[in-house]
Amino acid sequence: MAGPLALVLGVFLVAPVVMICVVSFWGATEWSIYPAFLFDNYAFLFSSEVTYRVFLNTFKYAAITWAFTFVIGFTVAYFLAFHVRSLTWQIALFLLCTIPFWTSNIIRMISWIPFLGRNGLANSTLMSWGVIDEPVEWLLFSDFSVILAFVHLYTLFMVVPIFNTMMRIDKSLIEAASDAGASGWQTLWFVVLPLTKPGIMIGTIFVVALVMGDFITVRFMSGSQSANVGRMIQNDIALLQYPSASATAVVLLCTVLLLIGILLRFVDIRREL
Amino acid sequence: MEPRPRSFYFLAAFFVLFLVFLYGPTLTIGILSFQGPTGGLTFPMRGVSLHWFRDLFEQQAVGDIWGSFSRSLTLGFMVMVTTVVVSVMGGLAFRKRFAGSGLLFYLIITSLVIPSILVSLGVGLIWSQSGLPVHWSTSGFGAQLTWTLPFGLLIMFAVFNRFDRSYEEAARDQGASPWQTIRYVVLPIIAPSLIGVALFGFTLSYDEFARTLLTSGSYNTLPLEIFGMTTNVTSPVLFALGTLTTVFSLLVIGVFLLLAWLTSRARARKGSDAGKGMV
Repeated sequence: MAGPLALVLGVFLVAPVVMICVVSFWGATEWSIYPAFLFDNYAFLFSSEVTYRVFLNTFKYAAITWAFTFVIGFTVAYFLAFHVRSLTWQIALFLLCTIPFWTSNIIRMISWIPFLGRNGLANSTLMSWGVIDEPVEWLLFSDFSVILAFVHLYTLFMVVPIFNTMMRIDKSLIEAASDAGASGWQTLWFVVLPLTKPGIMIGTIFVVALVMGDFITVRFMSGSQSANVGRMIQNDIALLQYPSASATAVVLLCTVLLLIGILLRFVDIRREL
Repeated sequence: MEPRPRSFYFLAAFFVLFLVFLYGPTLTIGILSFQGPTGGLTFPMRGVSLHWFRDLFEQQAVGDIWGSFSRSLTLGFMVMVTTVVVSVMGGLAFRKRFAGSGLLFYLIITSLVIPSILVSLGVGLIWSQSGLPVHWSTSGFGAQLTWTLPFGLLIMFAVFNRFDRSYEEAARDQGASPWQTIRYVVLPIIAPSLIGVALFGFTLSYDEFARTLLTSGSYNTLPLEIFGMTTNVTSPVLFALGTLTTVFSLLVIGVFLLLAWLTSRARARKGSDAGKGMV
């Protein structure tokens, strides 16, 4: 029964990763790649100052995006789980939060253009309010727009697992807390938050993995002015430098798996489903 | 009912703002796609027209939109069917421990968290080095499965975690063969969740970009085509296309949700106990 699954993952997940590991030791000329066993790609990668800067930038995106998606996701899930009283409404509003997940990310990125552009809605509104005198340039094609797009695209990856965990919290625990004299904030901090931890962890895994591995959001929203590791790999691919792209990919994969591995120690995914 | 606390109104306002944030931009390009013929990529609207939609249907100068749409549609169905079948089989298999089940589980998680460009690059490399032509229906299809299968399987795990095994035992006690048990007992009970798996399979494939990028060959899928357009098309025709495919996505989601709702209602009306097998 598990055969087809193992076959698909074997051919399209394990084999590609093995292939990338192998190719990362190969050599490349300007137009072709040839089998070899060289450490050049890694040596170059680790000796270049650009690598460290780009990795640092990737971590920065992940950390900032995580903070925003967590605060927004937790608040939204908390509202749905504890303040909406009928199950029908909970399901309806929850679906409303998840529907964009099933639509195209690229179009959702494109749709920020009329907002953030030089003559976009944000600038013209701010100018008509007199907040600024001339259009702000850093709204589109900047770190700001990259992170805005990340938060826009990935907050629902936080909302869904946190809501799922919150719905399983026994409501009598909340009552018990308030009977014992806890204030609303104390209940939130000492009861709800600890019980929601598994959901938060699953959401964190999604957001961290998606942001760390992204290349398209950064390319599109920064107008190719900022870089993350995914962009670095994609640049090498565009130049047909597959071995060096592979070496970067291997390092990225190790980083992501290490991070996720640490996060997985805090949560048993199969039990939380 | 006790009165709402003050925090309710604050949180409700926050929730509404979140929805505006979520849907606002998409609605904006929906409106802007009706720009007049002289209008640009942002407000003000210079008249209202269907000019840009007509452009989509008439000139093919902007690329092979309809070809890529039909490819995306076909690929979406292929991925959807495969995801449902493989996920159900995988879900059934994972109810018992088997040799390598731990490893396979970690592979599923890896498939979910691996940077998508690695799948794209790796599959592309394998195909090119072994001299096979990359094509959306082979390499692209497989690369997309590494994204849709984890979601399908996680749903199946959630379903089987809540599955009441005594229904199966009852079927077995009455002499049903293993296949009959699955066909007439297990599948009807889990059917509504399969609609969910199908929804994920289709929509995630239809919108997939990164994993298809290096694996689809010379014929683009729709998201690749749209992304190509962003670099050289600077007229609202881009918004018109975006609006159309979003409307299409919403229709698909609507159909799936309606199906799920109808199944559960039909069950309730006919007094079927099929859904009660979930605990």
